[in-house]
Amino acid sequence: MKILNQIKIEFMSVPDNVALARVAIASLAAQLDFTLNDIEEIKVATSEAVSNAIIHGYDGEPMGNVTIYGTIYDSALEIKVVDKGRGIGNLEEAMQPAFSTCPERMGLGFVFMQSFMSDFSVDTEVGQGTTVTMIKRLENRPVAMKLEG
Amino acid sequence: MIDVHFDKDCDKLIARISGELDLVIADKFRTAVDQALDRGNCSKLILDLSRVTFIDSSGLGVILGRYKRLTPQGGVMAIVAPQPQVEKILEFSGIKRIIKLYASEKEALDEI
Repeated sequence: MKILNQIKIEFMSVPDNVALARVAIASLAAQLDFTLNDIEEIKVATSEAVSNAIIHGYDGEPMGNVTIYGTIYDSALEIKVVDKGRGIGNLEEAMQPAFSTCPERMGLGFVFMQSFMSDFSVDTEVGQGTTVTMIKRLENRPVAMKLEG
Repeated sequence: MIDVHFDKDCDKLIARISGELDLVIADKFRTAVDQALDRGNCSKLILDLSRVTFIDSSGLGVILGRYKRLTPQGGVMAIVAPQPQVEKILEFSGIKRIIKLYASEKEALDEI
């Protein structure tokens, strides 16, 4: 796939940067012909991935480093969220809907990312960090019916 | 940025929220609502989400947390007029199945 545009943003693991990340990615996504609904879904998925990096990757400590890459291809947006935090010990358990280490959280972060994006993968190693890669394709939209006759 | 304004009607607390309900806001929102519930000795909470433009699982967690706090003591929660993108997330998360949605504050006040 041909890369049309790419951004890279690096920031401290501070909660205020969640909004910055999703607005930047939404602006990038607007360069493709996504619907408003697509863009809303991209914003939620980005928010979840960056929130996870801050809360779980770095335990809420602000001195961690989060890098987000956004890449525009001909008909897809790829988002990569990278942290060098503690990693996920049991990925299978973490991916379960409603799994959460905190009673005030819903454990839906991975569920939103999986459901709202076309492709989703997690690469993690304990003590080394986590990389979440998400792709949203343009093709996931209803195609107008052809009228015959 | 988020703003929360409160009103009280007997044992009902109305919280009017504006802005984006995400990780950065979740703690402030939780504290503000809990303090207002305690101060007003309220057992019913009406969340007016009509001016909330974005919500993610951090925001949903705070809503669910208030539901878990109120309902064991016979309390009730209602959500008013979420925007379509917010309502979609409420539905997807299952919150819409446990907390009733109303079109207006008046309707919620009359019903709960």
